[in-house]
Amino acid sequence: MSTESHLRIVWVYPDLLSTYGDRGNLLILARRADLRGLPVEAIEVRSDQPVPVEADIYLLGGGEDGPQALAAQRLIADGGLHKAVERQAVVFAVCAGYQLLGASFYAKGQQCTGLELLDLRSDRGPSRAVGELAGEVDPALGVPALTGFENHGGRTHLGSGVRPLATVTAGIGNDGRTEGAWSGRLLGTYSHGPALSRNPALADLLLRWATGRDDLEALDDTWTNRLRGERLAALRTG
Amino acid sequence: MTNRRPLRAKLATSVSRGAAALSRATGRGDGSVIGGRLGLIIDPDLLAHLAADRQIALISGTNGKTTTTRLTTAAVGVLGPVATNSYGANMPTGHTSALAKAGDTPYAVLEVDEHYLPQVMAATGPKVIALLNLSRDQLDRAKEVAMMAQLWREALHDQPVHLVANADDPMVVWAASVGAEVTWVAAGQRWHDDSWVCPECGGAIVRSGEPDLAAGGAPDTDWYCTGCPLRRPAPQWTLDGHAVVAPDGSRHVVTLQLPGRVNRANAATALAVAAQFGVRPADALPRLAEVASIAGRYAQVERDGRAIRLLLAKNPAGWLEAFDMADQAPTLLSINARDPDGLDTSWLFDVDFAPLTGRQVLITGDRAYDLAVRLEVNEVPFQHVTTFAQAVAAVPPGRLEVIANYTAFQDIRAELDRVN
Repeated sequence: MSTESHLRIVWVYPDLLSTYGDRGNLLILARRADLRGLPVEAIEVRSDQPVPVEADIYLLGGGEDGPQALAAQRLIADGGLHKAVERQAVVFAVCAGYQLLGASFYAKGQQCTGLELLDLRSDRGPSRAVGELAGEVDPALGVPALTGFENHGGRTHLGSGVRPLATVTAGIGNDGRTEGAWSGRLLGTYSHGPALSRNPALADLLLRWATGRDDLEALDDTWTNRLRGERLAALRTG
Repeated sequence: MTNRRPLRAKLATSVSRGAAALSRATGRGDGSVIGGRLGLIIDPDLLAHLAADRQIALISGTNGKTTTTRLTTAAVGVLGPVATNSYGANMPTGHTSALAKAGDTPYAVLEVDEHYLPQVMAATGPKVIALLNLSRDQLDRAKEVAMMAQLWREALHDQPVHLVANADDPMVVWAASVGAEVTWVAAGQRWHDDSWVCPECGGAIVRSGEPDLAAGGAPDTDWYCTGCPLRRPAPQWTLDGHAVVAPDGSRHVVTLQLPGRVNRANAATALAVAAQFGVRPADALPRLAEVASIAGRYAQVERDGRAIRLLLAKNPAGWLEAFDMADQAPTLLSINARDPDGLDTSWLFDVDFAPLTGRQVLITGDRAYDLAVRLEVNEVPFQHVTTFAQAVAAVPPGRLEVIANYTAFQDIRAELDRVN
């Protein structure tokens, strides 16, 4: 809940967790807040800096095995993200960032300890999941179909403490059946990179969680809706 | 030298040339791959046999390798005939075709896909390898950057080959620093987002001062790792405005038809490679000035009073360079995501399109909607067109810059070839 004048959005460790367009999620949240007259303070926190505790939204991106393992170690040692979550901060994590929110994940052939913020664990799948990803989002979130691109070798197993973000209609996601996970104000997805660019309703959900405002006015999403329509139609026609 | 090749290699060479000619004659391809593929089936060591009696330079890196190969070929050409894979067919089949087609030449300059560098180095025993840069490129199928650097580093360790490497790219420096002999070129690095973390120790890499984009990414920006001794080596070849400064301190003004600081840096690398073959910069420079376009890249075409220039940009680092090369003029952006392009368009959000602000921007291509969403977030106004003719009609007479990724570029070239 933002009590300050600015909505503070922290991009966690762009030096480690930013493989492909991850900056997009920060840009999109900032723009959609700005268009509603919500001033935004965007904060990029490198892995040699402490994670601020007082921000409203925390973003974690994708990463290679080595940086992913390093990011988990440093986040555990730092403790800032845990404290922020205790303060009911919003966390949006994609791909490697999503995996490391769980209890454990695999990187460089080894099991690594995660942040244990979401009740899930990840291991290696039989094949790399690369391609379009789509799914029907949990009705409790009130968000239309998820569309994105995935590129990961992991499979994620959800515990009883989280709900799947979506049921898969195309691609692999967690395991070919479910995709992503959410609990409280934490949400993770395998839709990598600028996941919010194709899912503006998800961006607005994060903004509602962070601001407590249920009256965010609608924006002109003409181009985004054309993109969504094109990508979902491409899956139907194969 | 052909006479010393084994009979199988001779047969394979002959079949390779025949297939390439057939491919061209039937219009099925330019012959740059099929000939090599057949030749390698008959003689798996054909590339090594074809390379055996030549002095060879290999050119590799994520961006600029086709251009640098062309410039290096021109520079080494001072000494005599040079075989090269000028169609950008940069895997072993392409190298085999190129050498077979060229016949006996004392020299060869080959563009090499970065993944194939260890294999091609082993097969061809090069005299020099130029290492330009490493950055993210088509991650849905390519190796991630740190893994690519590791692959190079393992392959280059103590090899009897002279490396000409970019001192401004930490990933390249880390890979090349294990080489037996290295010449460092201050070739610049506009794109920093793949080298904030030290590949050796995981420490933070610090650059002294923000890169000055107007000056072309501040070629003299120093960098060092905060956790280990990895740091920018002192370069022997540097750029000073429009001049290349050689190791002996001599300044050589580079006049190119190719635009942008990055191409002057590519010229510096070409001169450094050619110097290893004994070519003096003063002798090479007139030949570099003759290079006008490379497989259609930088080509200028007149149509309906518009002077259209084609720029190829395949990944975030390439787009940043393209914005630097392009004039302040109406600009058409075209994006596809077919197999050769990579299927993932996420990288669009790694590119800051703000340099286009103030220009008339048009978008097209299979994935124009991805561009539209990106430009909207970037607050760059744009107009969507569905054909190239629409784009031409939408801009006033004068310069039209076209920046496109791989197959989008080929589509526009085909369109221009058809009309002109």
